[in-house]
Amino acid sequence: MSTISRDEVARVAALARIELRPDELDRLAGELDVIVESIAKVSQVATPEVPATSHPLPMSNVFRPDVPEPALPVDDVLAGAPEAEDGRFAVPQILGEE
Amino acid sequence: MTQLVDYADAVRRFDPVLGIEVHVELGTRTKMFCPAEVEFGGDPNTQTTPVSLGLPGALPVVNGTAVEYAIRIGLALNCQIAESCRFARKNYFYPDVPKNFQTSQYDEPIAFDGWLDVELEDGTVHRVEIERAHMEEDAGKNTHVGGAAGRIHGADYSLVDYNRAGIPLVEIVTKPITGVGDRAPEVARAYVQALRDIFRALDVSEARMERGNVRADVNLSLRATPDAPLGTRTETKNVNSFRSVERAVRYEVSRQAAILDAGDTVVQETRHWHEDTGITTSGRVKSDAEDYRYFPEPDLVPVEPSREWVEEIRAGLPELPQAHRRRLQDEWGYADAEMRDVVNAGALDLIEATVAAGSSPAAARKWWMGELARRAKQDEVELADLAITPAQIGELQGLVDSGRINDKIARQVLDGVLAGEGDPEQVVVDRGLEIVSDDGALLSAIDEALAAQPDVVEKVRGGNQGPVGAIIGAVMKTTKGQADAKRVRELILERIGS
Repeated sequence: MSTISRDEVARVAALARIELRPDELDRLAGELDVIVESIAKVSQVATPEVPATSHPLPMSNVFRPDVPEPALPVDDVLAGAPEAEDGRFAVPQILGEE
Repeated sequence: MTQLVDYADAVRRFDPVLGIEVHVELGTRTKMFCPAEVEFGGDPNTQTTPVSLGLPGALPVVNGTAVEYAIRIGLALNCQIAESCRFARKNYFYPDVPKNFQTSQYDEPIAFDGWLDVELEDGTVHRVEIERAHMEEDAGKNTHVGGAAGRIHGADYSLVDYNRAGIPLVEIVTKPITGVGDRAPEVARAYVQALRDIFRALDVSEARMERGNVRADVNLSLRATPDAPLGTRTETKNVNSFRSVERAVRYEVSRQAAILDAGDTVVQETRHWHEDTGITTSGRVKSDAEDYRYFPEPDLVPVEPSREWVEEIRAGLPELPQAHRRRLQDEWGYADAEMRDVVNAGALDLIEATVAAGSSPAAARKWWMGELARRAKQDEVELADLAITPAQIGELQGLVDSGRINDKIARQVLDGVLAGEGDPEQVVVDRGLEIVSDDGALLSAIDEALAAQPDVVEKVRGGNQGPVGAIIGAVMKTTKGQADAKRVRELILERIGS
């Protein structure tokens, strides 16, 4: 039984701004199904006493002191910008694309 | 253009429900996840690191001071502090978010379930329930080029400065605020103002509204009656002054009432507030929460504040604004209404500093709420922006208390200080305003006055002291007001020999 529909794949792809061909949508729907089913199996085994893990290391509270370090020079900052103006990144108009 | 329903009419027929999200930029020296120094007004893109630019491979590390500040805020808002919480990625595409996600907190905020008692201008107190306070980072700043006056609509392209990207933020979210009726705008304003005062008292942020240190998003919905289910809400973004918060709520009440009256439904959406015209306009349709595809941030480990640490922070909290106000009112002996007027006039800190400079609370209030309030109003400035300091008012009152000048002369001294002639002492000396206490000089003025009004002398000799005032007035005139009236009276009576 398929739990992930082709439409759902298309929607998530759109949210992530990934362009997919029709055949890719079909293939990924199937692959994601397998992943979701696998996770469902794990969920059956995991009891409420098992805390959710977002990180493989048994660590917490890794903090940095609030002490400044040198910033990246502006030339380096803008080195990868396709376009820059007045020390800032120039980007295409924002609302027009929605 | 949207038709509006008159506000008073709207709140008679509908029950407004508020929800307020306030973002505060923390005043840490560095950013939330990287050690780039934060300083207001730096040149564009001079305060970034690979982390705040979202460059590949860059790894974030949490600023411990920012966590402490977030806990301080949580405790001040009577919240529970999580024993364990995580950061999450909020995914969306916008040029001011260089990583294509904002590092935030989702289902595990650091603080939750709190409340804040908010006092309105007339003394009414309304309790606002706090849903949560969570840690996140600010976005960069877009400047729109072309189009009308830098507005996003009609812009040709945008320029992005990432100095602000990654500055630590705490977002405080209320539960639905109900039961406020026609006072919804005032409650919204008073709540944001109370938060601003708390941020300052806690020393976690400069909390300057005009710099965008504190920004409010105001959710509003209407329902027919207080027991009806919640209506559809709109979220008006980035309302950045107290007055605008109040106006935006009023506007949305009137706008939504008109829609409901027409039998239409309110669209759930983000709206933009326009300071100049005082209206809101439609922004993007609000995304469902799942559209952000939140998931736990894999590059950061959980934050687990020990109970010892939390208690240590609690013990170190300063006196909060409300308690501070109550204590001062007790110490100063002001009536409730007097205290409210002082707070509403923005004179509390000024009076406190004036009292600290040696003035009595009554005299400090008299100056700031009287003569100085009048001058501020006349010049259309805030009290705090007058060119005189609480220390100078304290000094001025000291001169009055010691009898070197009187109240009337004190006003002339005030003129001098406000005109930039120096401290009160300096002005008194330079303008020669010190009270004439030399009896010889006073006596010659008195004799002159007595000679001019022989009928008064007769009356006083006959046992009627009432007309003495006329002689005192004449003497004050001769001495240009610089005489001690009490001493003049004594000398007159001595002279007449009654």
